[in-house]
Amino acid sequence: MSLYASASQTVGPYLHIGLDWLTTRDIAARGVKGERVAIEGRLLDGEGVGVSDGLVEIWQANSHGKYAHPDDQQKKHLERGFRGFGRIPTDDQGAFRFTTIKPGRVPGPGGILQAPHLVVAVFMRGMLKHLATRIYFPDEQSNAEDPLLKLVPPARRATLIAKRKAKRVLAWSIILQGENETVFFDF
Amino acid sequence: MNKRVATKRGELPRYRSFHPGTQPEYNYPPYASTQKRCPTQPLVVAPQTLSELTGPVFGYGDIKPTDHDLTRQHRGEPIGERIVVSGRVLDENGKAVPHTLVEVWQANSSGRYPHRTDQHAAPLDPNFSGAGRTITDAEGRYRFVSIRPGEYPWRNHYNAWRPAHIHFSLFGPAFLTRMVTQMYFPGDPLLEYDPMYNSISDQKARTRLISVFDWENTAPEWALAYRFDIVLRGRDATPMER
Repeated sequence: MSLYASASQTVGPYLHIGLDWLTTRDIAARGVKGERVAIEGRLLDGEGVGVSDGLVEIWQANSHGKYAHPDDQQKKHLERGFRGFGRIPTDDQGAFRFTTIKPGRVPGPGGILQAPHLVVAVFMRGMLKHLATRIYFPDEQSNAEDPLLKLVPPARRATLIAKRKAKRVLAWSIILQGENETVFFDF
Repeated sequence: MNKRVATKRGELPRYRSFHPGTQPEYNYPPYASTQKRCPTQPLVVAPQTLSELTGPVFGYGDIKPTDHDLTRQHRGEPIGERIVVSGRVLDENGKAVPHTLVEVWQANSSGRYPHRTDQHAAPLDPNFSGAGRTITDAEGRYRFVSIRPGEYPWRNHYNAWRPAHIHFSLFGPAFLTRMVTQMYFPGDPLLEYDPMYNSISDQKARTRLISVFDWENTAPEWALAYRFDIVLRGRDATPMER
């Protein structure tokens, strides 16, 4: 039996009504091990204007590089209560901020380890299908050997790597169009 | 969550690519707001890794048992035509997607959302918030009770009105199965003029966004029913599961 996936449609301007109940800005509760960071940025349209009716979702592994998912069969420790999911609506200026722990490395194609990263889905009014991107970490040597970063034209790789703003604060923005347009993936 | 068996090399089977024409483009000029919000550079084609083949897991503990009934969230009953919306969540292989979170939101019966940016001159209903959620059962079934949402104007083009619709958000078993869509109602004359509905070029895929009147689940003296099945991306191969 073979079916085609249902068609995607926009979340529209009133996405908050249905999605706010699951807003999660603190992805790693107390007791979850790892280097704690805040990540903040803005979702910007083609005119550099903040998108106020947008939403960012995060999916990530814990500091050992283990996903809270039954298909992750790695023999690594998983803290109880760690889900690894974040949902952050943008504010009136298109800004978003969340806190989490830096994830560990997880296996990639052919067993090559990936550099630490967060997986990101971006939703908004004016977008009929969500976008997929990633956040990598600054000062991380393994970025140079990451199998997905290697697929990105070198001049555009920086759009996926957060910048250090303060000791425990990283800056990472989503730029939908134009100069420094964020890299989005097609999986 | 489906039990999955890794292939011999220890890698999980990948998800299929979307069939051409069944998904909208990011740049779709008839929906004006896409113009400043669509990426202009090509997407980077990337392999599916453990990061995308997994995704957040939700359970019954995340929701309240009454969250599926949008008519019972306030002291009184909302104004409007009571409806039952139910269906199954399947993958492209026709397999049920069990125990997955389904979120819905919609306008009230007069076409108004209780949202600070909705300025449409139609009445709010103090007994209707318009949001619900549920978890599919072991066979992938879900069921909501609500009221039929009203059509409402928007400013995309002259005299633009959205057809009546309910927003659906689903996770499925992986980051790659995440999906947000809209359910429409059969016979709605506004569908023909709606850029969002018409952004799907494949006619069959487009038509599947329209729910079907469901006589069997229509409850005598109580509510009309509509059926809306949703298909999420499926895995390419499931060698151990024949």
